[in-house]
Amino acid sequence: MSSNPSDPLADQVFQMTGQSVAKCYQCGKCSAGCPLSSEMDLPPNQILRLIQYGDPGLDAKAVECYSIWLCLSCHTCSARCPQGIDLPPVMDVLRQRSARTGRVHRQARKIVAFHRSFLKSIRSHGRLFEVGTIASYKFRTGKFFQDLFLAPRILLKGKLGLLPHSVCDRKQVRRVFESTDE
Amino acid sequence: MVVQIGYFPGCSLQGSSREFEQSLKALAEKLGVSLEEIPDWNCCGASAAHNLNNELGLALPARILIQAERAGLEEILVPCAACFSRLASTVHELNKHASVRRHLADVLGAEYGGKTRPINILEFLGRFFPEGQGPEVIQPLACKVACYYGCLLVRPTEIVGRDRPEDPQEMDRLMSRVGAEPIDWAFKVDCCGAGLTIPRPDLVARLSGAILEDATSRGAQIIVLACPMCHTNLDMRRADIERFTGKRYTIPAIYVTQAIAYALGVPAGELGLKRHLVPINLEKLRAGDAGPASAPATSQ
Repeated sequence: MSSNPSDPLADQVFQMTGQSVAKCYQCGKCSAGCPLSSEMDLPPNQILRLIQYGDPGLDAKAVECYSIWLCLSCHTCSARCPQGIDLPPVMDVLRQRSARTGRVHRQARKIVAFHRSFLKSIRSHGRLFEVGTIASYKFRTGKFFQDLFLAPRILLKGKLGLLPHSVCDRKQVRRVFESTDE
Repeated sequence: MVVQIGYFPGCSLQGSSREFEQSLKALAEKLGVSLEEIPDWNCCGASAAHNLNNELGLALPARILIQAERAGLEEILVPCAACFSRLASTVHELNKHASVRRHLADVLGAEYGGKTRPINILEFLGRFFPEGQGPEVIQPLACKVACYYGCLLVRPTEIVGRDRPEDPQEMDRLMSRVGAEPIDWAFKVDCCGAGLTIPRPDLVARLSGAILEDATSRGAQIIVLACPMCHTNLDMRRADIERFTGKRYTIPAIYVTQAIAYALGVPAGELGLKRHLVPINLEKLRAGDAGPASAPATSQ
């Protein structure tokens, strides 16, 4: 499951996902269908192009870009790719190298903070504790006022539970996190 | 005769989307299906796990599958489209790569035996509410509906295996059967913005706003869907959407289970409709005296 982080990205992508980025011939269908490509610094097809070279400098560009964190894993690109490349798992590999080597794009920090808050909740309870996750996200980002007006309405509707539900075997869940280095 | 099937609710159905579980249970009872909850299930990891750690993104769903196998559950209904996608992708990976399966067995202390299979809500309804059989429609939904599938009921195509990934019809057919008129529209498989709802509500407003605009402009009176994340974005994010688009949308979004259970005679009061932020009155809609054009401005 693991691979050497100093390997060229394309090799790491192939080892971890079985996806061969060499198959991409730059038709651009992925970028045309991507719901967020207009917000991205690099469209998805250019990310594939960068990592096709196996060049450390170009790999770094892909790992440091904003686009990889905007990708919603909606799989519109994969459904339309004439070469059958499944892009979201490729993005996962890039995101992981980006987060683990501390090269997350400045604009993406809030998105990564939310992922981390989410995982922290699962690590502690085994299940998602929504209020705890939102509180943790607010502390990480300083976004204390976001959705403040929404909160009372959601609570009155009984949509948010104030207490966490937990898995009985929390030790096992903790072990899963530890042995996967999270 | 009652048929038994495994059931993975996932965090949302016991949290912010409790009305999805409430309506599913009412519907399952009407269809003669008993839902057997997987003992001591955990979160599937959602987007966060596979975004940051692909091993964790496989290990969390694998633990759920192993718990189900231990309880002797061969098929598990996973109503949340996002949880379904995580479980189905994990099964796909574990069946394809023996090395991944063995590696995760070390992490989890047990190996997935390949006996448990997740099924999504559309497969469940196709099987247990088959055409021409089952309970009678008592309260036809007589209104125009936009069936919204979103991403994960139709993609990734090699895992979900639908025949028309760009224009699926299963939910449309179900809605016709319960008396509704499904509209033809352009956003049935477009993304709502999903998990960006907390860190980037502005982007969710853009994507979800386009969905509401198309459904409304083509005359739909309700959006019918099957994903808690999509529901959160189309219902709870209404104020952000309206701020972004500068337009007010009154079209409600409901779960496919709420729509069918209601048509089969479950009273509207037992479907958790009051938990939605955008108000919906199914009785009024049936009587035909409320549409998006005539409804009062209701969201905040």
